[in-house]
Amino acid sequence: MTDQAEGYTTADGRKIGGVVMEMKNITLRFGGVVAIHNISFDIREGEIRAIIGPNGAGKSSMLNVISGFYTPSEGEVWYKGAKRPPMKPYEVARQGVARTFQNIALFEGMSVLDNVMTGRLTHMKAGILPQMIWKGRAEAEETENRIIAERVIDFLEIQHIRKTPVARLPYGLKKRVELARALAAEPTILLLDEPMAGMNVEEKEDMCRFILDVNDEFGTTIALIEHDMGVVMDLSDRVVVMDYGKKIGDGSPDEVRNNQDVIDAYLGVQH
Amino acid sequence: MLHDIFIAPFQDMFSAPDFLLQVLWEGLVSGILYALIALGFVLIFRSSRIFNFAQGIMVVFAALTLVGLHAMGVPAWICVLLTLGVMFVLAMAIERVVLRPLVGQPDIILFMATIGITLFLIGFGEIIFGGENKVMITEELGIPTGSWTLEPFGGLLILEQKDVTAVVVAALLVIGLLVFLSRTQMGRAIRALGDDSQAALSVGISLHTIWVLVWFIAGIIALVTGIAWGARAGVSFALEVIAYKALPVLMLGGLESIAGAIIGGLMIGLLEKLFEIYWGQPLMGGNTETWFAFVLALLVLLFRPQGLFGEKIIERV
Repeated sequence: MTDQAEGYTTADGRKIGGVVMEMKNITLRFGGVVAIHNISFDIREGEIRAIIGPNGAGKSSMLNVISGFYTPSEGEVWYKGAKRPPMKPYEVARQGVARTFQNIALFEGMSVLDNVMTGRLTHMKAGILPQMIWKGRAEAEETENRIIAERVIDFLEIQHIRKTPVARLPYGLKKRVELARALAAEPTILLLDEPMAGMNVEEKEDMCRFILDVNDEFGTTIALIEHDMGVVMDLSDRVVVMDYGKKIGDGSPDEVRNNQDVIDAYLGVQH
Repeated sequence: MLHDIFIAPFQDMFSAPDFLLQVLWEGLVSGILYALIALGFVLIFRSSRIFNFAQGIMVVFAALTLVGLHAMGVPAWICVLLTLGVMFVLAMAIERVVLRPLVGQPDIILFMATIGITLFLIGFGEIIFGGENKVMITEELGIPTGSWTLEPFGGLLILEQKDVTAVVVAALLVIGLLVFLSRTQMGRAIRALGDDSQAALSVGISLHTIWVLVWFIAGIIALVTGIAWGARAGVSFALEVIAYKALPVLMLGGLESIAGAIIGGLMIGLLEKLFEIYWGQPLMGGNTETWFAFVLALLVLLFRPQGLFGEKIIERV
């Protein structure tokens, strides 16, 4: 596997393309606290890229930088070959970066279908006026959005709860609905913030299967944060390891597993 | 005394059912207008957690602009379009100048800001259009001014055509709004923003766009209310006072429920009229309409603080 070349082929024979997003020397400070210290890595087309690390390593901060919730203090974010200026989260979303949240951020008062439909907002083209009078483009768009939303709902096997208000769903299903909403945006990059957190073994297995299927079926590039090492090693093509805001490893799961710094970070070092 | 309170009023109702119908109709008409104003409050509250004190003055301002433009010789229907334009500009200005700099501030600050907007609109309206009372351009807008006379139960029921128009237009507006909120992407965005602003950002919803949109819709509602109420009572700054009637409506219906605002508005309109005619005038010398709604709201607050339709608030201790 060579990182410099234009893409690579994974162990299971999937072709990985060129760089979609590149983080260059990202540093993020909150006052005197350095959450991320000079980290660089890239995300390639079609791969499942994981960011792992112990609690407080700065993983979520990194995800927030990618999705525009935080603006890095130093460093550059490159997206599709161009430097990305500082952006609001909704602008990043419209560029094709969808995300989920660790603590689930769904629209609790709305039905599952409506939640998934909001995922299509990034593709809204009809103006306010046509929507107000429900004519022309707005109507055609609504139909198209509905078709895509239903396809995602089918794919993630949540048809039976389409009309249920989200507030009534159990945790595992909520996670799945959140994934559905992000997928409905047909994102270029899908960011998953601890997709397995708080799940039981069965739910984790389901979620793993969905992540792999999404990547396989739609060719979606996925970047995910997780601290469950076992899950990450099975899922991902390449892994970035963070500890105390620094990058201590980057490579295939096997490379990372055998990296002494990583072992020290996870198991502790004897002094 | 007990007879006068518990028996005589109902005897009156049944002995003259046509008059009862008349009273109910009058109550329904004012109820619909209360509901419209409350709807403006609910929309803005749901999408931005702001209690918009300026909703009442927006009604006056919209009506003043409409009448003022017509006084300058602009044809009536073009006045309506221009007023809609003014309300849109107002929505953009409020978002840009008042709301955007205050994002993330405590609710009470934003509430105070809307009081500021109220005072500004009063002053601005007076400078541009003058403070004297004006007559709504009812006929020029093509609103019929005659009345229909019906004879139910062999009695007499008079329906003013402009009231009928107001009820029909208000009903259409509410239905349209409900469809817009539930069936369009913009509508979903409005509801989504009210639910979880962080998640809304992550699906590409721009706070600023939605706020402008919501304040513009509140402006449209204000214009319709202004025309309807102006046609009955003339256009003056005193109109603002009726907006305070929307407060008990909100306490009854809850701040977050559109259905609550409508039902609450109708209930207050009907009950205050019934009370005035059958209890207020014979027993208390009348003029109970000014305070009845507030007393009713107090009672509701005592027994159901979340409103009749609000979510029950359960706090973990």
